[in-house]
Amino acid sequence: MQEFLDSLIAQGYFGSLPHTLVYAAGMLVFGLVVVFGFVLIVAGLTTWVERRVWARLQGRVGPNRVGPQGLLQWLADGVKCIMKEDVVPAAADARLFKLAPYVVVVGFLLAFVVVPFGSRPIIADLNVGILYLTAVTSLVVVGILIAGWASNNKWSMIGGIRAAAQIVSYEIPTSLSIMPIVLLTGTLSMQGIIAQQGWAPQDWFIFHNPFTFVAFFILYTSALAEGNRTPFDLPEAESELVAGFVTEYTGVRYLMFFLVEWGNLYVIGAIVTTLFLGGWQIPPITDNAVLRILLEFLTFFVKAYFWALVAMWVRGTLPRVRVDQLMAICWKYLTPIAFVNLLGTAVWITVWPQGNQVARYLMTLLGLALIVLFFRRVRFHLQRARIRERGQLSLNPLV
Amino acid sequence: MSLAGFEIDVQRSGSTGLETEEMTLNMGPQHPSTHGVLRFVVKADGEVMREAVPDVGYLHRSIEKISEKVGYHGFMPYTDRVDYVAAMFCNQGWAMVCEKLAGIEVPRRGEYCRVIAAELNRIASHLLFGATMILDIGAATPFVHAFRERERINDLLEQLCGARLTYNYMRIGGVAWDLPPGFADKTREFLDTFEPALDEFNDLITNNTIYVERLASIAPITAERAVSYNLVGPNLRASGMRYDVRRDAPYSVYPELEFDVPVGSGEVGTVGDCFDRYIVRIREMQESCRILRQCLDRIPEGPVIAKVPRKFRPPAGDAAVRVESARGDMHWYCVSDGTEFPYRTHIRTGSFGAMSIVNEASRGLMIADLVALIASLDVVAPEVDR
Repeated sequence: MQEFLDSLIAQGYFGSLPHTLVYAAGMLVFGLVVVFGFVLIVAGLTTWVERRVWARLQGRVGPNRVGPQGLLQWLADGVKCIMKEDVVPAAADARLFKLAPYVVVVGFLLAFVVVPFGSRPIIADLNVGILYLTAVTSLVVVGILIAGWASNNKWSMIGGIRAAAQIVSYEIPTSLSIMPIVLLTGTLSMQGIIAQQGWAPQDWFIFHNPFTFVAFFILYTSALAEGNRTPFDLPEAESELVAGFVTEYTGVRYLMFFLVEWGNLYVIGAIVTTLFLGGWQIPPITDNAVLRILLEFLTFFVKAYFWALVAMWVRGTLPRVRVDQLMAICWKYLTPIAFVNLLGTAVWITVWPQGNQVARYLMTLLGLALIVLFFRRVRFHLQRARIRERGQLSLNPLV
Repeated sequence: MSLAGFEIDVQRSGSTGLETEEMTLNMGPQHPSTHGVLRFVVKADGEVMREAVPDVGYLHRSIEKISEKVGYHGFMPYTDRVDYVAAMFCNQGWAMVCEKLAGIEVPRRGEYCRVIAAELNRIASHLLFGATMILDIGAATPFVHAFRERERINDLLEQLCGARLTYNYMRIGGVAWDLPPGFADKTREFLDTFEPALDEFNDLITNNTIYVERLASIAPITAERAVSYNLVGPNLRASGMRYDVRRDAPYSVYPELEFDVPVGSGEVGTVGDCFDRYIVRIREMQESCRILRQCLDRIPEGPVIAKVPRKFRPPAGDAAVRVESARGDMHWYCVSDGTEFPYRTHIRTGSFGAMSIVNEASRGLMIADLVALIASLDVVAPEVDR
């Protein structure tokens, strides 16, 4: 973003305004464009996508009334939530109760400062990018804890405390799984990490060596836990805690929590895409700058959103773990394995500082084999379902 | 502690050096996982349960007393409301107790119609159990799959008696309507697709690692505890007691039918744990399918209802019958004084006993396990209070 503003300043667009002011204004404008032009729309559409995906998993139709295929359902829901009465319970700590959703939303929106949209468009390519990302996403837990405490509801409080324990614990495997990539690249900058990968799968960091391959899955799993997603949705476990920390919230404040939850899906996808899946890298097929930026954006978005879809699929499939099992998964399995990954990667780059090409291709083959196995499994179940439904199986996603 | 109040009873534990406060939580009557309107006053130390005192009575509708005012025939629709998830069994219990009072013989076809309706209803009830239990564990997809199958049973029962939930199908002396044309074929068709669907359901959730881990060895109830707390039906059988009224105190045409009585064996944990209570019901559905196929093959021709006077006045005396409902051994007791109205009716249901063991079985569990325990006991609120 800075280069773009620099070029504008060089062309004399801003006269004698101090450069800092121009940068600040530029950042603000671009930030607002990203928030209103991208984040809100993606989070909103994700609610629709999730409901439709979920419905198809469950043999239902899902929302299909508002707009074509129900595409505008999220707008209708949003408007409804804004119109609702904003209830603050009499016994709640009103100031904290009102503050909590903002803290959560701010923590979530701050993440988009370093999320890239292509090789050029990024609000700020901070040199501490990924560290900053893990730091600001932790702000969400503060908001959730405030929400749980200020509601003055015991179920909310249990939810808030569960969220705090869960998110703080899962920060550790998350950070430990990010570290191997930092070791490989020697940079924390999001764009720097992507720039060191290629467009082809064997150049992605997920297939760099066996340790990063495992680190990818640990990162994705613990990111799901940090985002309060099934099977780790304990803080708002409906059947146990009514609605956890959002129990007492209504209207637009309630909406804010869910905006964050759905928006977080994209952030999770963006993080794993940046670190492991080659980010916006595309093959050199065009010299047209605009077309290139568009293709890069599309590549990044598709990769990131794919992992959001996987999260929806997981949510439709798995039951919820118990709180002690949650902690056991984190401390007994993910954290030690993440440590091993970190050490293994360190040893790997000591032995092969430029990476091992053979290992890269082998890992890519392993990935391909996993995908093939997966599709064989899907085919097997489809055939069985066809037999049972006597050929009546509907695979049309648009009903 | 008192049930109505919410005084927080502070207990200091000096031995560990850590001071913890017990928290009193009010679970229900409006809570997503207290199916219906149950209430538990829960004392918890963080996530660990110390006590869960059930508070019953929120759905008490004096159904037994109503019978004294509406007469024998008129009480039949009210029995649907005793256990609205498995209303056929309540219908059958009331019909059987009246027949025993008056010494009425039910025609053979009527008995078969009853068993067909009751076993279909048992599958529907167990499907609802499985669906809600899995939903309580946190998975929503199997819920919809179970309800899809349950809808098909509802369609069948709707053809049979016009109602999908409160059937009012049976009458004193038999059943209200004969099987509609094509009913047997439709039921066979349903069974042909339901059995593979049940396998698919097991693939989807029963063998899921997280699900098994959540239920294995949670709140095991030994056979002795189960008997002393008066657990009945699948809850008792899950503890390893092979006791089924259909087999051990047979009524209707059950002696002529072949079926197994599945019991819990602790295949993933301890005998009588939540998983056993779940799997016993899944297996019972398979047994019900067997029973249904036999009934459909053997059903004789003939009338479905005996001749019973419209003004039904059984001779003075009392009678008690037992029915193996979806929730277990259901007792129906009726005293007649020779008039048109029962002198006294009493219904003893399985859910009431199941509620009483929650407190003991839940000690030391986590809050999430309490939800699993309540769900696994298959408590239906109106059956507790009547």
